[in-house]
Amino acid sequence: MKITLKIWRQKNAKAKGKFVDYELNEVSTEMSFLEMLDALNEKLIISGGEPIAFEHDCREGICGCCSLYINGQPHGPEEKTTTCELHMRSFKDGSTITIEPFRAKAFPVMKDLIVDRNGFDKIMAAGGFVSIDAGSAQDSNSILIKKKNSDEAFNSATCIGCGACVAACKNASAMLFVSAKVSQFALLEQGKVEAKERVVAMVNKMDDLGFGNCTNTYACEAECPKGISVANIARMNREFLSAKLT
Amino acid sequence: MTKLDAKIPKGPLADKWTTYKATAKLVNPANRKKLDVILVGTGLAGAAAASSLGEMGYNIKAFCFQDTPRRAHSVAAQGGINASKNYKNDGDSDYRLFYDMIKGGDYRAREANVYRAAEVSNATIDQLTAQGVPFAREYGGTLDNRSFGGVQVSRTFYAKGQTGQQCLLGAYSGLSRQVKRGTVTMYPRRDMLDIVIVEGKARGIIVRNLVSGEIERHSAHAVILATGGYGTVYYLSTLAVNSNATAAWSAYKKGAFFANPSFIQIHPTSIPVLNDYQAKLTLMSESLRNDGRIWVPIKQGDKRHANDIPEEERDYYLERRYPAFGNLAPRDVASRAAKERCDAGYGVGETGLAVNLDFKDAIEAQGQAAIEDKYGNLFEMYEKITGLNPYKEPMRIYPAGHYTMGGLWVDYNLMTTIPGLFAIGESNFSDHGANRLGASSLMQCAGDGYFITPYTVSNYLADEIKTPRYSTELPEFDEAEKAVRDKMNKLLAVNGTESATSFHKRLGKILWDYSGMLRNEKSLKKALALVDELKEEFWNKVKIPGVDKEINQELERAGRIADFFEIAKLIIIDGLNRKESCGAHFREENQTEGGEAKRDDKNYAYVAAWEYIGDNKAPKIHKEALNYQFVEVKERSYK
Repeated sequence: MKITLKIWRQKNAKAKGKFVDYELNEVSTEMSFLEMLDALNEKLIISGGEPIAFEHDCREGICGCCSLYINGQPHGPEEKTTTCELHMRSFKDGSTITIEPFRAKAFPVMKDLIVDRNGFDKIMAAGGFVSIDAGSAQDSNSILIKKKNSDEAFNSATCIGCGACVAACKNASAMLFVSAKVSQFALLEQGKVEAKERVVAMVNKMDDLGFGNCTNTYACEAECPKGISVANIARMNREFLSAKLT
Repeated sequence: MTKLDAKIPKGPLADKWTTYKATAKLVNPANRKKLDVILVGTGLAGAAAASSLGEMGYNIKAFCFQDTPRRAHSVAAQGGINASKNYKNDGDSDYRLFYDMIKGGDYRAREANVYRAAEVSNATIDQLTAQGVPFAREYGGTLDNRSFGGVQVSRTFYAKGQTGQQCLLGAYSGLSRQVKRGTVTMYPRRDMLDIVIVEGKARGIIVRNLVSGEIERHSAHAVILATGGYGTVYYLSTLAVNSNATAAWSAYKKGAFFANPSFIQIHPTSIPVLNDYQAKLTLMSESLRNDGRIWVPIKQGDKRHANDIPEEERDYYLERRYPAFGNLAPRDVASRAAKERCDAGYGVGETGLAVNLDFKDAIEAQGQAAIEDKYGNLFEMYEKITGLNPYKEPMRIYPAGHYTMGGLWVDYNLMTTIPGLFAIGESNFSDHGANRLGASSLMQCAGDGYFITPYTVSNYLADEIKTPRYSTELPEFDEAEKAVRDKMNKLLAVNGTESATSFHKRLGKILWDYSGMLRNEKSLKKALALVDELKEEFWNKVKIPGVDKEINQELERAGRIADFFEIAKLIIIDGLNRKESCGAHFREENQTEGGEAKRDDKNYAYVAAWEYIGDNKAPKIHKEALNYQFVEVKERSYK
């Protein structure tokens, strides 16, 4: 199939970016979206152009490296799908596809489609852990946890830290990301000791870094490639409130 | 010849590690913050080591090429992590786990290291659980287990098909905690390009800052590599596309021996190659073989839809050939069996290079919900990639390059032949022999990081407490930086006509065709000649757009591929040297009548550790004899 691409090009963090059009004539429906970009880059390299810089690694939807804002949606049109899992069969022959980097004040563009998501690491370092030194853990089965809680904690823990929630949100809020980590620990006995300090530290850090507020549009949940639920945000709000009250 | 001393403590197998810990040298807590440790790679092994050493109070500088440690390829490990807890009361023990790994590795791993890996496995599960890793649980609240290939007990802890992700995120959270405490400084988006040796000891590294393009120097009292395997040498593999061997290779070229490079695991259950554009292959976890049955049609070239082929016309070839282990035969055995059926014309799908992995019986017996609970994300992943629904029809799978058992040679301290340079996790060679058993990679990575390096690295650093912080202005740093710049400039100067990736694809195909699941003298010699030819072409024709002082992904890629050419040669040379079949290394000249791998213990019961002695010289082999004292060396049978 034939497609037209409108891709954001930006030489570096300081440069002004712009959209550049590219035509690709031999796109197979079997190609993944990133393989389509690989093919474009191959063409650009051979013809003396500059390939498009974009991030990717595992190419199976688990590392969270790939991003891209495709036709106005983070990770493109398919539900619960990362860009690397997206295939060209989701697009029509002759269509125009617009590709931008994730847009958020807290995710500055570094080059073309690469953004800096280091803010997530800073939020994690603020409190996204259980304080347990190697060597001091007790036997695993001495902590009994209801299967339901454990399964729920797992669902929250499957967040891949891609930042789609931030990119989808009109306020560029990181609430879904932060709340998924807070919920994972809040649901497990292991996380309860530091629950209050954790939620306060992570939320404060999130605010410091310039992520916006949550105004309940739920765009984050709709665009999350891992289906992380906004119920996590409600849980985090409860945790935060109770931490502030006590 | 350098004598290889594995420094294994004396005494009974089960006492060795206890003895080591009781007699190892220690560093006073007040002295630890004066000692710097560089950690390269922050996957499960690296993040675990960084956090443990940070907890002890050492000053850690941790490097990774990704934007954050959470993306390291440990994240993609699916099925589980082993431990000898014996929670299932089905006969497990440290010895049993050790024995399974030794046998699974086809008697080519070092006994003492493997036993220790088994011994620390339980503490690892406890540590990860305490960190909040949400492993699967039973209704009573205890942890659940499942079974994996090559064993007859259920010892695998799991978090659906995302165990690696959950373990890595646990280790990453521990690392983050140390970042907050100030014991660990993270240097993300850095490619390690060389190691710096001062007076015979590893004292620093040279990295390229992947954002600014600057070449940076960092010094330390010890350097730990946790840089993973080199499976992407095949181009198409189950690894992340950016995984590479450059850090380990730079250590090899500075004097660290490289052991058993030809031991590369071909994983039996990957989604088959679908088209020419494909950049990687996606694994379908071995855990699926707990409930999935593997089959091909009994009739050659039967092109009917799998669901239309009646039961009596299906050949469950693993159950037929290996009745004791059935679908849970080890990976090397299962991969070759799949290849054998496909080569004989029984393969399925458009290309005929696939076999069925069928869940029909399991869904009938347990219900779809139970299968979804165990493997939900894998089924989804399969459907997204292939467009086919595995709840309704069998998955199609085929073997793919996966894990490298070979790696930097290390002694019992996990130290390479360069003093002060350690290698942990997949980057070393020590625990998996010629074939790795499922769910033992996460186990080794976490064990190395959490519970082994804190002792062995301290043991080394105890003699360094009087060594002041090293200046990066030393001539050794100048030289290393110059070598790195020269190589980069040489690459940029080629200014040819073809992309780096196009060479990588061709290199991968040579290795897959002539040094893949099956090899022989002739094919290996052919591969060697073809790699040499292609390498020459690469250095004359590669085209790298852009400059070095910016984000330049093509420059990163080309540097890694340049190293893959060299490691490819060492893989082939090692394969040629080892005129026996063992585990994943299957020399067609050496097989039993039934087509199984035939070892030659008399001549090859050794670790082949290769020493670099110059670019155009044949590497020198050093042999570490494997004298089994605690297991009886037998024919490895799963029948």
